[in-house]
Amino acid sequence: MVSEPLLKIEVKSLNVHYGSLQVLKDVTLSVNKNEILGVIGPANSGKTSFLRVLNRLIDLTPDVRVRGEVHLDGINIYAKMNAEEVRKRVGMVFALPQPLPLSIFDNVAYGPRRHGLHHAGKLAEIVEKSLKAAFLWDEVKDRLSTSGMQLSGGQQQRLCIARTLAVEPEVILYDEPCSGLDPISTAKVEAAMFELKKRYTQILVTNNVKQAARVGDRVAFFLMGELVEIDQAGRIFTAPRDKRTDDYVTGRFG
Amino acid sequence: MKRQVESAIEKFILLNGVACIFFVVLIFLFLAREGLALFKTFSPLDFLAGTRWYPISTPPKYGILPLFLGSLIVTLGATVISVPLGMACAIFIGEIAPRWLREILKAGVELLAAIPSIVIGFIGMMTLAPWVKYLFHLPTGLTALSGAITLAFMAVPTIVSIMEDAITAVPKSYRAGSLALGATHWQTIYRVVLPAASSGIVAAVMLGIGRVIGETMAVMMITGNAAVIPTTILEPVRTMTATIAAEMGETVQGSEHYFALFAIGLVLFVISFLINMTAGAFLHRERK
Repeated sequence: MVSEPLLKIEVKSLNVHYGSLQVLKDVTLSVNKNEILGVIGPANSGKTSFLRVLNRLIDLTPDVRVRGEVHLDGINIYAKMNAEEVRKRVGMVFALPQPLPLSIFDNVAYGPRRHGLHHAGKLAEIVEKSLKAAFLWDEVKDRLSTSGMQLSGGQQQRLCIARTLAVEPEVILYDEPCSGLDPISTAKVEAAMFELKKRYTQILVTNNVKQAARVGDRVAFFLMGELVEIDQAGRIFTAPRDKRTDDYVTGRFG
Repeated sequence: MKRQVESAIEKFILLNGVACIFFVVLIFLFLAREGLALFKTFSPLDFLAGTRWYPISTPPKYGILPLFLGSLIVTLGATVISVPLGMACAIFIGEIAPRWLREILKAGVELLAAIPSIVIGFIGMMTLAPWVKYLFHLPTGLTALSGAITLAFMAVPTIVSIMEDAITAVPKSYRAGSLALGATHWQTIYRVVLPAASSGIVAAVMLGIGRVIGETMAVMMITGNAAVIPTTILEPVRTMTATIAAEMGETVQGSEHYFALFAIGLVLFVISFLINMTAGAFLHRERK
């Protein structure tokens, strides 16, 4: 299994506790290279915790215990890699667009600089490439030195995508990236995700079931910390195997 | 009835607020009247730039330059010691220490702030001064350096608590954003948290300096009280505050010497005011 080239991430028997509270229960799933995996589920289903496990941001939570294995290209990210290395390869875009209190340029250049790149020409090249890939370049190219916090919400979120791309990750995690955005901004973010499919593996946690249907190749449904079902998006939304999935995607609860 | 009580309480609170400002204005006016009276008989230039403080010679000389430089060297020394110490402590408490240790350290810092300054001065005189004397082979351990070290311990609690507040107030999302890009913990602190907290950090430093420059008793005990212009930090000095405290009891009310001490008070007031204004401006900027 480990040598199978199509698998980017494998999660095996993952259990996560916050103190005495178990938020993920025996989750096993894998993510294929270059796919978009949608993750849906009601509040407290553990989907955000799941995402934070994948780039080890969960390490920051006090009193957290992570058991089980997470493999990135067959390598255990908890046993064989340090957290910075994992986070460089597995980028994350948060629910609320949160640029750093820096200029647009410096926001995007932040990651590469921290990894030791200080060549001005190369940085400019990376910034342009990343902003273009996030569909933001045309809107900000004339004001790269202004604060990233002055952009609109949708622009800020694409700036956050751009800064994630700038460190050239292999996997991008999105934690409800469009929850605070209007439909047009949402469409732009989704367009960016489609475009990025060619080069990246992406995991999208969303409260918006329709968004998961639009964007996801496969969709995983979490409930109370359990992975109820994972399948092709078409199947999840038309003929789910589990009744609870059916209830959720048709809006009968959650 | 209820409305009357309400209105009475409001008036009482208003009265208190106005009284605060009223007293500050009164203090300032009194200080200005008594202090400026010196300049009827003594030239302001000789006062500010005079290099000799001989209040009981004939004719008396009231040059505060040695006192001003004494305050300056002690304050600068204390700042140089307390700012890095306080900053490192605040960063450790705010960013690195686990929760249980954080609470212990914060309590410790508050305890340090609660020690009366005279006690710190006393400990400095009995333990620190002999060490300074021994280490630098000096005739006396009561020097500007001893004063600076002692005062640093008084400034550290102020600096730590305000700086720690500023660091804690930095949104969690900045840290998460930085770490998610693969930055290390220290890179995140240095590149994101400290710049974001910078105005609070400056304010903390300014208020720490304000605490040091106004300190009197401890500094009087430990700096050796020699009103000469210091050439190195290893010499005895005398600060402006210590001069007022030491000489006020011996002056005749309404005499030139008495007015001269008030004029020093006026200078101190202006310096403290400027420092607090600067700190306030930075704190205000942070809130916006």
